[in-house]
Amino acid sequence: MRSRLNLLIAAFSTTVIAFAATTGSALAQKKYDTGAADTEIRIGNIMPYSGPASAYGVIGKTEAAYFNKINAEGGINGRKINFISYDDGYSPPKAVEQARKLVESDEVLLVFNPLGTPSNSAIQKYLNARKVPQLFVATGATKWNDPKDFPWTMGWQPGYQSEARIYAKYLMREKPDAKISVLYQNDDFGKDYLKGLKDGLGAKASMIVAEESYETSEPTIDNHIVKLRASGADVFISITTPKFAAQAIKKMAEIEWKPLHIVSNVSASVGGVIKPAGFENSQGILSAAYAKDGADPQWDNDPGMKKFLAFLAKYDADANKLDGSVVYGYGAAQTMVKVLELCGDNLTRENVMKQAASLKDFAPDTLLPGIKINTTPTDFAPINQLQMMRFKGEKWELFGDIISGELSN
Amino acid sequence: MSAVQETVTEAPAVEAVPKRAMTLGAGSSLVMLALLILVPLFVKNFIIFQLTMLLIYGLAVLALNILTGGSGQFSLGQSAFYAVGAYTSAILIEHVGMNYALTLPIAGVVCFGFGFLFGQPALRLSGVYLALATFALATAMPQLLKLGVFETWTGGVQGLVVTKPDAPFGLPMSQDMWLYYFTLVITVAIYIFSVNLLKSRSGRAFMAIRDNEIAASAMGIDVALYKTLAFGVSAGITGVAGGLGAIAVQFVAPDGYTITLAISLFLGMVVGGVGWLPGSIVGSAFIIFVPNIAEGISKGLSGAVFGVLLFLIIFLVPHGARQIAMIAQQLLGKLKKS
Repeated sequence: MRSRLNLLIAAFSTTVIAFAATTGSALAQKKYDTGAADTEIRIGNIMPYSGPASAYGVIGKTEAAYFNKINAEGGINGRKINFISYDDGYSPPKAVEQARKLVESDEVLLVFNPLGTPSNSAIQKYLNARKVPQLFVATGATKWNDPKDFPWTMGWQPGYQSEARIYAKYLMREKPDAKISVLYQNDDFGKDYLKGLKDGLGAKASMIVAEESYETSEPTIDNHIVKLRASGADVFISITTPKFAAQAIKKMAEIEWKPLHIVSNVSASVGGVIKPAGFENSQGILSAAYAKDGADPQWDNDPGMKKFLAFLAKYDADANKLDGSVVYGYGAAQTMVKVLELCGDNLTRENVMKQAASLKDFAPDTLLPGIKINTTPTDFAPINQLQMMRFKGEKWELFGDIISGELSN
Repeated sequence: MSAVQETVTEAPAVEAVPKRAMTLGAGSSLVMLALLILVPLFVKNFIIFQLTMLLIYGLAVLALNILTGGSGQFSLGQSAFYAVGAYTSAILIEHVGMNYALTLPIAGVVCFGFGFLFGQPALRLSGVYLALATFALATAMPQLLKLGVFETWTGGVQGLVVTKPDAPFGLPMSQDMWLYYFTLVITVAIYIFSVNLLKSRSGRAFMAIRDNEIAASAMGIDVALYKTLAFGVSAGITGVAGGLGAIAVQFVAPDGYTITLAISLFLGMVVGGVGWLPGSIVGSAFIIFVPNIAEGISKGLSGAVFGVLLFLIIFLVPHGARQIAMIAQQLLGKLKKS
């Protein structure tokens, strides 16, 4: 009897020791920072679900749906994503409060895709001081690509300045004697863009013969269009958000002004801008793109877009596939998942940044064919390429090569 | 005939609050103060940051309370004064290299001047018209801050990043905790100043104007002076709050000071109880925490949930926190008797 008990104890303790030994070696391979564990990765996010920019809240919803999909399919290396998204109402002080809540109270591993230049500016210093990754911010300002001063902050979409340089390059090549008129929104977006355009034109910045700015609170921009026409310009660059871009197209048709018309990528949506402004008024308009347009039938048989549409049907049935923000959120979330996959079992904040800064030719489903995400420790601008396109019939036709908007050129 | 008669017979826009009912008793004040001193010792830095914001918005609500509850003038333009205070502090700290504590009185003085000057044209307006004029101020401010002329100082649309101060004299506390106690001292000082102001000759003049302007002027009160003075004091306090806000948030940008902020402050005042100074902190808590609660209930409908909560409060306790405090006081009185 006694010996049987002893045997049992011996067997039991051997099991315990063996178990301890195996888990011990497993633990040594896995590395975690706050917010990551064997079963879960906590990701924070800040979106303007309310307030003046609430239309962009769709991005957050799409991302949540995408992470649900990933979780339903088993998570990332067996870990489920816990996506915590808060509303800042597009107010910088509120963004600071929410960022602190995410980092200090919810203890997230990283803050992903917070939206808006003012909000991101407000939290950048805090997140960098705490060494929390501020990954793939949802704004096109050029300043996010600054790994030297802010090694924990990284952008995602092409910078506004990069895009503007592409137009400058195009104009100098195709229309060297152009008289350019510019209408821009009087905020960070408009000014960043204008700077890119002027830098791109370089010594030939005098090609710009007229510039007008408008406030988002103005009900109509008709008078600006009339003024710009009077300047005698033969090129019109519209650095506008969707509502105003559509107004400009309509007004120009009304007064029969037909310059070479370039619309910023922000407002190149067929569903959101061109259709409301009228297809007949929009023929020949130029723009540049990096993502596929959900409203464009040419992508109906594209494998990437098919995956995107299947995702919408299953996980985000309410979403409007014509809304560019849905396409955007999908691409950004896919990039995030890719980075976390690359991290493997080393889920430290440092490794997250390291992996995010070494993406090689990664192509999310919703990016144009040939446009790839590349980052290096000195290049924190994931998407840096665009392709020019011209509106014809009822859709955009891509033309020319994929152009890089590198600031160095 | 008509104008005078109308003014005389018209019910005052803000109900008359006797000055004794505007403050808390000494006992409850001390309990409140003890709570504010002790709580931060036991909570996380994030909560301390929220408490700091609570005090800062509390100050801004208090300032509005002096203006509306005290002198009976409406303002939807407090966000403009808050913005001027915030930018004054931020610019002095970042461009001039001044000590953060010194920038606050300057922010206060600048805003006092600004408010006093704005009070001059506002004199001709009252009631809803004054509310509209101040509304215009609040909508204009973010755009003024974006103007290219000031861009070298304000940073334009990109805003300014402010360095957060460390605790001085090598005190062993975090930046957040130090800033909290720093804010607390200023808040308590301004609160005491405000209570005394309302109890003083000037305070009585404010309230006389609020209750009946014509009677007040018949008693020899310089109505124009005291009305503008009320604007100046209110703007000055709001400016100090703005400066503190800039230091706590470490960032100023035009988008932080939109009309939404002015409306939030107005809301805080109504929820806290118009004319009841301690209610300012309750109102401030409402505008900081209730949106978060609403978001917790429903993300997509947070605005609607917030609206329902607000509606319930206005419907059930129209006098805000003051009403609750009074009911509590009566209950206590009954308990003591029995």
